[in-house]
Amino acid sequence: MAGKPKLHYFNGRGRMESIRWLLAAAGVEFEEKFIETPEDWDKLRSDGHLMFQQVPMVEMDGMKMVQTRAILNYIASKYNLYGKDIKEKALIDMYTEGIADLSEMIIVLPLCPPDQKEAKIALIKERTTDRYLPVFEKVLKSHGQDYLVGNRLSKADIHLVELLYYVEEIDPSLLANFPLLKALKTRVSNLPTVKKFLQPGQPEETSHR
Amino acid sequence: MATKPKLFYFRGRGRMESIRWLLAAAGVEFEEEFIETTEQYEKLLKDGRLLFGQVPMVEIDGMVLTQTRAILSYLAAKYDLYGKDLKETVRINMYTDGTLDLMLMIAVAAFKPPAEKEESLALVVKRAKTRYFPVFEKILKDHGEDFLVGNKFSWADIQLLEAILMVEELDASVLSEFPLLKAFKTRISNIPTIKKFLQPGSQRKPPPDSHYVEVVKSVLHF
Repeated sequence: MAGKPKLHYFNGRGRMESIRWLLAAAGVEFEEKFIETPEDWDKLRSDGHLMFQQVPMVEMDGMKMVQTRAILNYIASKYNLYGKDIKEKALIDMYTEGIADLSEMIIVLPLCPPDQKEAKIALIKERTTDRYLPVFEKVLKSHGQDYLVGNRLSKADIHLVELLYYVEEIDPSLLANFPLLKALKTRVSNLPTVKKFLQPGQPEETSHR
Repeated sequence: MATKPKLFYFRGRGRMESIRWLLAAAGVEFEEEFIETTEQYEKLLKDGRLLFGQVPMVEIDGMVLTQTRAILSYLAAKYDLYGKDLKETVRINMYTDGTLDLMLMIAVAAFKPPAEKEESLALVVKRAKTRYFPVFEKILKDHGEDFLVGNKFSWADIQLLEAILMVEELDASVLSEFPLLKAFKTRISNIPTIKKFLQPGSQRKPPPDSHYVEVVKSVLHF
C-alpha cells in the first residue's frame, strides 16, 4: 500500500497551502516535514530532492514532485477534480490561473516592506472587487449551478473558496456584493472533507492548516 | 471545417510566444490580431472577451481562452504533446513550469529601467546555467533518449528548445558545458514543423525592442 503523500515546506501557508487544501478536500491524508533551520534546507537541496532547488516538494506515488501547478494538476487529475474533458479542463485552468494571480499578491504580502504594505493592500482590494470576484460571481450566475465548471466540484471551486477565506481575512466587507460567491463558500466549506480541514486545533495528522 | 485558432496579443513575444511555438510545432496554422492601440484593447475589454482584462487571448474550438498556462495545457492535450499517462504529464508540467519561469524573467526584464534590466538578464543566464540547464542535461543523460519524457516528442521538448534559443540570445556560449543539450537543440530544431518556424518570415517574433515596450506601456497605461 502506498504511503501517505509527504509535503516538504516551511511551517506556513506560502505556496504549499493550496496543495494542502486540495489534498484535504480530496480526502487524502498527508504528512508534513517542515523546513525549520538552514540545515534542513541545505540537506534537502544537497540530497538532490528538489529539481529546481525550490519548494514546494511533494513525495507521492514514488515521485518527488516540484512546481506548485504541476503538483496541483496531478492531485486534481488523480482525484477527479479536473473536469470531464479537455474543454472543461481549459475552463478550470483559466479560472485557476486568475485565482492564482490574486492569491500570489496575497501570499507575498508578508514579505512586503512596511512602507509599501498599505499600497499593496489597497491594490489587492481593488483587484479583488474589480477584476476577480465579479468574474466568478458572473460565472455562477450565468449557469445557476452549484459549482464553477460542469456542475461538479473541481479544483477551481476549492482554490476559489480558499481565496475567499483570505479575502475575508483582509476585509470581510469585500465579499458584500457577491452573494453567489458567499453561497459557494458556505457550500464547499460544508463538504465533509473540507469541514474537517477547517476545524481549528486538530492534532497534526488530521489538520494541517 | 474548423477555423484556425486566432491569437490576440501585441506584436512581439511576451507571454504569447510559447503559444506560437506550441502551435507551430504541432503543425497548426493560426491567425494573429495584433494590439497596437488603446482603442483596440478597450474594445476587447468592452466586448467581454478578456476574462480578467488581460491578454494573451486565443479563440479556439469555440472558446475564448485567456491565461497563458491554461491555453498551453489545452493545446498540449489537444495535439497529443502531453505524455501518455498522468505520471508523464506531471513530469512535462514540472519541466515546462521551470522553463516558463525562466522565459517569463526575460519577458518582464524588457520593461525594467536599463540598469535593472541588465541585472535581471544576467540573473537569467546564471539561473539557466546553474538551476535549469543542468537538470535537463541530467535528464537526457540518465535515460539516453532523444526526448525529455517518455521517448516521445512533447510540449516539454518544444519549450526547452524555445528557452535555450532565448538564453543563447543573451549569451551565445550558454550551452558550452551541456553537450547533450547542444545535440538536443540540433535535433529538435530539425523537426520539420520547427525547422519551418525557425525560418525567417514565420510567425516567430523577434526579441523585444524599445518600440515593442513603448506600445505595450501605452496600451496598458503603465
